[in-house]
Amino acid sequence: MRKPEAAWQQWLRSSISIFRKDWHSELRTRYAISALVMFVVTTISIMVFALGSESAPVDVLSGMLWVVIFFAAMSGLSRTFVAEEERGTAMTLQLLTSPSAIYFGKLFFNLVLMIGVNTFTVLLYAIFLNGFIVKTSSIFIITIALGSIGLAASSTIIAAIIAKANTKGTLYPVLSFPILLPLLLTCINATRLATEGAFLNEATGEFQFLVSYIVVVVTASSVLFEYIWKD
Amino acid sequence: MNVFKTVLFVWMTAVIVLALGLPMVAQPSTWYQFPIIPALEEKARIMFFHVPMAWLSVVAFVSSMVYGIKYLRKKNLDDDVRSASAAGLGFLFCFLATATGAIWAKFSWGTYWNWDPRQTSIFVLLLIYGAYFALRSAIEVEEKRASLAAVYSIIAAVTMPFFMFIMPRILSSLHPEPILNTEGKVHMNTTMLIVFLSSLAGFTGLYFWMWRLQVRIQTSHLNRIN
Repeated sequence: MRKPEAAWQQWLRSSISIFRKDWHSELRTRYAISALVMFVVTTISIMVFALGSESAPVDVLSGMLWVVIFFAAMSGLSRTFVAEEERGTAMTLQLLTSPSAIYFGKLFFNLVLMIGVNTFTVLLYAIFLNGFIVKTSSIFIITIALGSIGLAASSTIIAAIIAKANTKGTLYPVLSFPILLPLLLTCINATRLATEGAFLNEATGEFQFLVSYIVVVVTASSVLFEYIWKD
Repeated sequence: MNVFKTVLFVWMTAVIVLALGLPMVAQPSTWYQFPIIPALEEKARIMFFHVPMAWLSVVAFVSSMVYGIKYLRKKNLDDDVRSASAAGLGFLFCFLATATGAIWAKFSWGTYWNWDPRQTSIFVLLLIYGAYFALRSAIEVEEKRASLAAVYSIIAAVTMPFFMFIMPRILSSLHPEPILNTEGKVHMNTTMLIVFLSSLAGFTGLYFWMWRLQVRIQTSHLNRIN
């Protein structure tokens, strides 16, 4: 006879199935992936055309990198929750499993999406914008990783909020921007450090900040998600 | 209530008259003279009005959040009315603090806006208030609107402290800090401090009075609809 599952095992299993469900439906329609990829390609080509043969200072380019990442996140990450409302499957999900399992499943999905898109953005950036030279790659990689996690954490909870509102598209960046601004400013600062060739330990303050931001936002979201999700 | 209104009226009139009327001298010798704070001079008088505005925009934000949490616990729409009214007043005071600050900056720094950390953080507070009202107007069902607005204000409140922490690392501030400065020194004499604290108390009283009025207006609207 199989042992009955502990509560946390059940929770883990449901959040993994939520993630897999979203993953499969994403692979079937490729809605978020194509939107995000096309957004990044369009934005970076506009930047390249606008610059022409000029080369922008590296400070400006590291700021612009986060502008591209922010708006890319805004164009694709709300999909997970908005799709549930549009398909009318939110109610079914509500019956099936606990809110926190749903939250963490969706968060994990957005995180994977965000890390994929950011890697792609950085690759395009490195190929097309020759002025962008990273001297300390360890700082840069950690910043991109922590920045992706932080962006996914904040935008998941805001996406859950706007999925219930009437004007879904326009409201998303409006609500996210004040929440994400501390994160973006820190990431821009850390990216600048990486391009200036600072040592890894000079960016410790930025990393501590990013980690605590992620912990606070994820904790608050996991507590508050229940109130958004339950009608 | 009428007594409260009269007292508040007399109190605020006294504060305004004293704040604008008392002379500023280099070495105050009697009780009715303000000292001249270096680099601020006559422009220091703005703090009797500007600081209470900034203080109230934070007080209103916190009270809006507290009533938001209360709503989430009890699901009583009266708490949402209190929360939304506090946010409305907070937006007003936040705007006034920004405007008075910008006018002062024009005369002290030479430009209305230069993205000083204080200006940036009050700008973010304005953005949060704006986003809060945009969210409220986008949801029609009252219960849904109340709980989503409450959740948003809590999320915004937990990320605000990060902002206070990160800004000084990026830019240094030129904002004068006559009370809360790093040396812990008060540049004001007793008279100035008393007028300042009375102004703070008076404006806080004014805020609570306006809040009460606003709640009564909104509640009667709500009752008429239902």
